[in-house]
Amino acid sequence: MMSAFCAALPDPGACGGTPPLKWTSRDQERKPEPMLEITNLHASVGDRPILKGIDLTVHAGQVHAIMGPNGSGKSTLSYILAGREGYTITEGSVTLDGRDLLTQSPEERAAAGVFLAFQYPVEIPGVSNATFLKAALNGVRRRRGEKELDAMEFLKLTRTKCRQLGMTDEMLKRAVNVGFSGGEKKRNEVLQMALLDPRLAVLDETDSGLDIDALRIVSDGVNALRGPDRAMLVITHYQRLLDHIVPDRVHVLAHGRIQRSGGKELALELEARGYAEFGADEAA
Amino acid sequence: MTLNAEDHSHLTPGPPWLEALRTEGRCHFAQLGLPTPRQEAWRFTNLAPLTQPRWQIAPPASAALNPGPLPSVVPADHPPSYRLVFVNGYWRPDLSSTSGMPNGMVLTGLAAALIDHADLIEAHLGRLARADTQALVALNTGLLASGALLVLPPGLMLERPVEVVMIGTGGESDPPLAWHPRLLVVAGAGSRATLIEHHLSQTHHQNCANLVTELFLGAGAQMRHYKTQRENPASFHLATTSGRLDRDASYEGFLLTTGGRLSRNEVRLVLDGPGATATLNGAYLVRGQQHCDTTTLIDHATPGGTSSQLFKGVLDDEAWAVFQGRVLVRPGAQRTDGQQLHRALLLSDRARIDAKPELEIHADDVKCGHGATVGDLDDDALFYLRARGIDRDAARSLLIAAFITETIARITDPVVAAAFESLADGWLTPG
Repeated sequence: MMSAFCAALPDPGACGGTPPLKWTSRDQERKPEPMLEITNLHASVGDRPILKGIDLTVHAGQVHAIMGPNGSGKSTLSYILAGREGYTITEGSVTLDGRDLLTQSPEERAAAGVFLAFQYPVEIPGVSNATFLKAALNGVRRRRGEKELDAMEFLKLTRTKCRQLGMTDEMLKRAVNVGFSGGEKKRNEVLQMALLDPRLAVLDETDSGLDIDALRIVSDGVNALRGPDRAMLVITHYQRLLDHIVPDRVHVLAHGRIQRSGGKELALELEARGYAEFGADEAA
Repeated sequence: MTLNAEDHSHLTPGPPWLEALRTEGRCHFAQLGLPTPRQEAWRFTNLAPLTQPRWQIAPPASAALNPGPLPSVVPADHPPSYRLVFVNGYWRPDLSSTSGMPNGMVLTGLAAALIDHADLIEAHLGRLARADTQALVALNTGLLASGALLVLPPGLMLERPVEVVMIGTGGESDPPLAWHPRLLVVAGAGSRATLIEHHLSQTHHQNCANLVTELFLGAGAQMRHYKTQRENPASFHLATTSGRLDRDASYEGFLLTTGGRLSRNEVRLVLDGPGATATLNGAYLVRGQQHCDTTTLIDHATPGGTSSQLFKGVLDDEAWAVFQGRVLVRPGAQRTDGQQLHRALLLSDRARIDAKPELEIHADDVKCGHGATVGDLDDDALFYLRARGIDRDAARSLLIAAFITETIARITDPVVAAAFESLADGWLTPG
């Protein structure tokens, strides 16, 4: 009896002498502190509430997708993370690596590691891409206490990044995003991301305005930047981007709140059934 | 005394025709008086501070006045420019350098030139600038004591640029000083040259320069004429330029203004021969209490002329800028192409801009356009730059420089374009 009973239990030796308790501890090692923590975030524009209590935790190395219908607050969330003016935070908090993000200026957040890839990258006539990238990189490096790069060092680094991303450095000479195709604008965003080496990349509707080839090129660039020390928040209306940038978690944002969370299969479900069950007007 | 034409005791008597011209100038000024905002052309620019009784005519050049380092747009490793230097309106041969001039070229002080080139001066001086209707020209003519003469013989292609440097200075105990210099430029048919004017202050002393420029461009002559005015913020800078372009002549002007308490550039160009081309661009960057007036008249008097103007201004604090641009197409000036654009960037809601573009067309086969815009910095662009880690101030500077660059980039001489770009950058990052 006794021996049969004992045989049913795992042999401590066979398990490498690891008691079950250890599993919990290892789990904690894999996900130590949350990188991005959004708690009960409420925000409005003027008198109009847009975000109505968002809770979201993203750990280093993870890619989370936020999907939602038009007008659900997706872009508002990305702008608030990057520090755009014009939004009032009425409640809640956002921290990155344990530090309050909401009190920081956009440039402080960039140095702290927030990178927003814009849905519509802004055209800036009269400023060359090289001038812009160098000012950005050195601005961030200065705040991070790193040595600023001189023109030669900058060019070398930028060329290396361009090569890694399969881009030509021809677009360095052109004015920022001026006359760029949709694909070139998004690749320029990815190049900026590669140079600024963010902790948290927020990709706002990165697939908009891209044909399928450009989408693949941009996604490859984004995927090349995935890593254990970086988290990504992929904001998108459509599932197709998530075929290329495969998320760890998917959240549905509607009416200013996260309505549902799940694994990557949730995206496919949404693609099949739409956002109707979340009360969204798909025609909008 | 006020700024007037009554005291002319400092004048060295000249030949009878010059004395007659001066007397005429003083008579006209006595009738016209200083312009006031009651006159349409001066609606937005008030010269009342010049009527205060403290102003004096600057005493003739003294070699004791050392103006310090002399500016040049030409880099050290380039052949130097031909350079005339003026201190408080008077030519300083000891500081000027004109050696190596090609045969037939004249570049010298106007008073000195009266000895060798009296006939040429008599034939041109006062023929374009209108002392009978323009009070500041009348004042300048009545008190004409100094200036510069540039003569390019026909066909001369001048390689090295000409620089005219005008420096104002004054001691603590000096009254505000005024001077009335004249630039006379006669470019022969088919000649080509680049002329650069620098106007600056050595000290913080309040001065007033009342400059008159006359430009004669012969058939097919090509003149590039670039001016930077960066005098101290107490001084007055009044400049009236009149130019006449003969058949197929081309003029490219640029006015860069960062200085002066009150400045006015009034430029009148007559396209007086078929196929003449006038390009007049400029940038002004002003702050504090500065007042900057740009008044242009492009007069298409003959067919087939082309003119284009692009002016851009940046105003901060309580600065006030005026842009009055008039394009006139006279009867018979068919196939005229006249374009004009003025854009201002307001960095402060206390800054003021008065823009008055005017087209006056008396011919039917013409292509003319004008526009004026006023705006502030693009918030989307500002956020984009900041979101990439660029400080707010640096981002603003980058956007302002980009705004101004569009017009400076039209300077076709790359050396001057680079120099003016760095002057504009200097305004953005003072101290």
